[in-house]
Amino acid sequence: MSITTRLAWRNLWRHGRRTWLTVGAMIFCNTLLIFLISFQFGVYSLMIDSALSVVTGHLQVQHSEYNDDPRLRYSVPYGIALAERLRSETKIEAMAARGTAFALASSEKRSFGIQVMGVQPTFEPLVSTLPGLVKKGRYLNNNSSDEIVIGSVLARNLKVGVGDEITLLGSGRDGSFAAGVATVVGIISSGMNNLDRSIAQVPLDYFQAVFSMGEQISSIVVNVDTLSAVAERKSELTATINEPDLVVLDWDELQPGLQQAIQADLFSAFVMYAVLIVLVSFSVLNTQLMSVLERTREFGVMMALGMRPGSLARLVFLETATMSLLGLAFGCILGAAVATYFQVNGVYIPGMEAAMEQYNLPGELYPQVSIISVMLGPLIVFTGCMVAAIYPAVRLYGLQPVAAMRAV
Amino acid sequence: MSALSCNKLTKTFTQGSQTIKGLDDVSIAIAEGSFVCLSGPSGSGKTTLLNAMGGLDTPDSGEILVGDMRVDQMNKSDLADMRLHNIGFVFQSYNLIPVLTAQENIEFVMQIQGIPADQRSAKSREILAEVGLADHEGRRPAQLSGGQQQRVAVARAIVSNPTLVLADEPTANLDSVTATQLMDLFAELNQSRGITFVIATHDARVMEYCRRLIKMEDGKIISDQEQPGRGANV
Repeated sequence: MSITTRLAWRNLWRHGRRTWLTVGAMIFCNTLLIFLISFQFGVYSLMIDSALSVVTGHLQVQHSEYNDDPRLRYSVPYGIALAERLRSETKIEAMAARGTAFALASSEKRSFGIQVMGVQPTFEPLVSTLPGLVKKGRYLNNNSSDEIVIGSVLARNLKVGVGDEITLLGSGRDGSFAAGVATVVGIISSGMNNLDRSIAQVPLDYFQAVFSMGEQISSIVVNVDTLSAVAERKSELTATINEPDLVVLDWDELQPGLQQAIQADLFSAFVMYAVLIVLVSFSVLNTQLMSVLERTREFGVMMALGMRPGSLARLVFLETATMSLLGLAFGCILGAAVATYFQVNGVYIPGMEAAMEQYNLPGELYPQVSIISVMLGPLIVFTGCMVAAIYPAVRLYGLQPVAAMRAV
Repeated sequence: MSALSCNKLTKTFTQGSQTIKGLDDVSIAIAEGSFVCLSGPSGSGKTTLLNAMGGLDTPDSGEILVGDMRVDQMNKSDLADMRLHNIGFVFQSYNLIPVLTAQENIEFVMQIQGIPADQRSAKSREILAEVGLADHEGRRPAQLSGGQQQRVAVARAIVSNPTLVLADEPTANLDSVTATQLMDLFAELNQSRGITFVIATHDARVMEYCRRLIKMEDGKIISDQEQPGRGANV
């Protein structure tokens, strides 16, 4: 260890209590940042998964025009066969073909506009949580033909229950009149009123028959293991399909609002983090400025011995870096330990159980610890502290040896 | 050849509405290997002259030469280099770095000079032995007596083999026995290494050691005389 390094280290402990207070502020700040960022990442991941798992999925194979203009004619030909091929070639199991159309649903007493989805009852539970949200009756099965499951609000509006019939009226893919009668076998309650007001699912072959789809479908919905695998799977699917009219869209393209909502939340959170980091940086500025001022005489002696102001400034930066590294190391260890504990055991927020259950979310939230969530905050704090040391260091360039040595 | 020469140095200070002449047309030449005392009452200009000679302070006008280097025309960086390689300083209050041990205080100067660690360690021990502190290398200044601290300061001043050592009231904080021991050390270093010593003092015992005694008053040199001191004959 060089003399300068030893000097920097020992200078820190001239006022041990002051140094520990500053390092303590850094540790607290770093721990808090690691926990909060990990928690945010965990919540975002849960939000994305929950939002996508209801209907959208992580990826969808569609006609290239369908996402911007969801008409029946922008369809995927031989979609069920294509889904089979993709399932076997890519080894992605969570894949289901769907048809989607808008129709007028009528009961004996009322009529409402709804979104009708033709689904594969065997595969739909792999890409959607809706089959698990049937509160009355049952979900569709492979024997279903003219059966329908509908949202709870829609059932209430239409004044129908399990066993009642609904008439569906709309336009077929070829522009013909589409009409069908289906028996309600289940009522879905997702907790999201907008969805429960408009959702209705029928077997895909029934859908294709009613809406004159032939072998066409609207989309193939795909779920992957983790969000981080989406990009890789997207490339793989695109390469496997190799059809100019078909595209593979990821969740960000399918639900741009979700990413924007996360970015807006991240921004507001980072404003709060910035305030925290600025406060810690000012604490370092205060400590280092005090330290430099009370050592003015010593710095004068060092200059008299032949040390240049630049070397003195480097000494101050070295002291700050050492102190900040202590804060970074202890903060990262403590922060990662706290975040990992809650990643395993979950964070229970009292009073949120009902709201969470409504959205099919677990009662506890789980932080998501990663290299980024552990290092991002502390590295910004470290940088902030180093920036805070600039002013005390720059002051040394104006020091005159004789005047400095006269300082008390 | 002169180790140091000053020509028509002036320096004024402003204190409130008063202007004080710290140096008033001071000219002086000091030969290599000399053992010189600057004496005079407080405020006579001894320290101001010493600071100007060492490049710690700049005069308002006049020339200063250390060897063949024009000190008064140097920038901050060159002054730092000159102090590092050519001049050793000994201060009244020792001015050791409190968090470093005796040996580290000496090595510190060598590190600034860029001397490798293994050479630094050997040389600092050698110098400490030379000033009589062979067993004190691991002690920090607070664990040393005033005299011992001043010896470490002397060791720090001579470790870079300077041609000139400037000492400002080096015995002011020492008892008479320790002061005598320190002056014996100065005289010995002057004779054995040929280092030029310029000592600012108003201590009569110190003046007895000098072969040349320059008296100052109100920023002027009022007398400059040779005397039978204990420093080397030049």
